[in-house]
Amino acid sequence: MTRPEMADEALFLLLHNEMVSGLYRAAEQGEGENGRCITKLENMGFRVGQGLIERFTKDTARFKDELDIMKFICKDFWTTVFKKQIDNLRTNHQPWKDSYQLHGSHQANASFTTLTLERFVPKGIYVLQDNKFRLLTQMSAGKQYLEYAPKYLAFTCGLIRGGLSNLGIKSIVTAEVSAMPACKFQVMIQKI
Amino acid sequence: GCCNSCRRELFVLTYGALVAQLCKDYEKDEDVNKYLDRMGYDIGIRLVEDFLARSAVKKCRSYSETVDMIAQVAFKMYLGITPSVSRSNTTENEFFLILENNPLVDFVEELPAGRTSLCYCNILCGVIRGALEMVHLAAEVNFIQDRLKGDDFTEIGITFLKKLEDKKHKRNK
Repeated sequence: MTRPEMADEALFLLLHNEMVSGLYRAAEQGEGENGRCITKLENMGFRVGQGLIERFTKDTARFKDELDIMKFICKDFWTTVFKKQIDNLRTNHQPWKDSYQLHGSHQANASFTTLTLERFVPKGIYVLQDNKFRLLTQMSAGKQYLEYAPKYLAFTCGLIRGGLSNLGIKSIVTAEVSAMPACKFQVMIQKI
Repeated sequence: GCCNSCRRELFVLTYGALVAQLCKDYEKDEDVNKYLDRMGYDIGIRLVEDFLARSAVKKCRSYSETVDMIAQVAFKMYLGITPSVSRSNTTENEFFLILENNPLVDFVEELPAGRTSLCYCNILCGVIRGALEMVHLAAEVNFIQDRLKGDDFTEIGITFLKKLEDKKHKRNK
């Protein structure tokens, strides 16, 4: 198969993995502190997230609210970067309906259901779940690799934070892996 | 919506962020250049497998065919550009790739302040070198000219280190 977009993805995946390896190797050789690697990766992701949104949403109509923005991140943004959508978006606001199911990521024509909200969703916490995160799928699924997984999530945390930043949302983004290659990104909206 | 150019932008923006970070971490341009070359090498040795899986290419029987393959197939596939190829009049195993467009510098107008010796795209040299090594071709790969440094065009030099033997040797499938 020689679809051009797949080649682009392969190149990005390799660049990302070697960025992680390179930073940690440099840290081991005493060129900078170990603990800073995660921060550096996150900062790089932040810059890229800002840059992508800047180029990406030039012609897109303004979003109506914060949830709209989060759905954009889960759908269009995630698809651009990772060729699939976020599988599940949760927010902490309405406990009786706290899970917004996004369509199955492999159905190209499935429509995205817009949920009507009874009231404006205030700033809070969103959890984005990706069941087959592209930056983890090449890693072995064994439990012994779980400790390395955070290194491969830092850049993407920054990516989300940077994207949101350019959409006017200040946030803190963390991530966790429970079972490879699924992971969750937790977005905590900050009041400006 | 998403498109090929968006995905390439992801790579280009990520590369830009990497270079910016390296400029913070290393004072000397040489050190950044070396780091980029090393990273490129590590990518190249893995990328070639991806390339061979994607393209039903014939075995190259000469350095010239190999360089053409790099310029016309590999560069096209991964970066969407086709550098032109020329070879040295004086040195037998030396070839040049001239990049008229270079997506890696799409968002770069000039080198960062105080970074006059920075080979911004040095990762490309490492990638080519690593990929060639995986098909048993040792080569030195360097930027000969660089538009970002004020040269008229951007040119990569590939110098194969061994005289190509006449007998066929095994290649990776």
